[in-house]
Amino acid sequence: MPRVPDQTSGTPELRLVFGADPVAIRRSLSRMLASPPLSGLGAEARGAAELVLAEILNNVAEHAYDEAGGTVEVTLRPDAGGILCQIADSGRSMPDGRLPEGKLPASSAPLQDLPEGGFGWHLIRSLCADLSYTRSEGRNLLVFLIPG
Amino acid sequence: MQLQTQTRPKVISVSVIDDRIDAATAIQFKEKMRDATRNGPARVVLDLARVQFLDSSGLGAIVAVKKLLGPDRILELASLTPTVEKVFRLTRMDSIFTIHPNLDAAVAHAASA
Repeated sequence: MPRVPDQTSGTPELRLVFGADPVAIRRSLSRMLASPPLSGLGAEARGAAELVLAEILNNVAEHAYDEAGGTVEVTLRPDAGGILCQIADSGRSMPDGRLPEGKLPASSAPLQDLPEGGFGWHLIRSLCADLSYTRSEGRNLLVFLIPG
Repeated sequence: MQLQTQTRPKVISVSVIDDRIDAATAIQFKEKMRDATRNGPARVVLDLARVQFLDSSGLGAIVAVKKLLGPDRILELASLTPTVEKVFRLTRMDSIFTIHPNLDAAVAHAASA
């Protein structure tokens, strides 16, 4: 169930719209981390926030838009217990219309079978709370809380 | 993506000069690591002291470098910053690497190996 934002806080929300490509994502992450509300978090929570946002945005670029480009909209606002994040894109739906499970690939494989990917959703699920996904009118919307 | 390489008698150390290994630089990192480690001692230490941010693409690239080095060579890590350490721990990839607190400890370990 999506959370209802806490309107009583005085810290302004941050809304950014940018291209879903690795360079624009890097630049936008830098701006998000340096601005309220994320700039007010402690070092550990900011690190977690950067990682969750990067993983989700990289997925949008790579999977929702198949590296063909498109825009993504990020809204961050303070909420009870952390920062409420919304990420919207107009790319392809999640597989089967739902969030990936995020099962960790095996780390005990022989050298040449060690995993080089498949870590993203596990990291996302480990570092955020109240994660929800909706697909509506051709748009993907992810909502989650970064504790902090 | 800038790497600084130093070859010692029993170990080659590669320090990442950039402060992040992410989706924008992971492929370049992997290629530069392959070039930097093509020749030299069997043991390679990757010094991540300056890397403040590593995402799953960057992690995948580090695992790929370990695989590129093959079974007769070894990749060890040194100086993980807190967020980078967290990525290794949460994905359990800390279990496939020897991780040293700093480059000096990694070099001393190599010298005594």
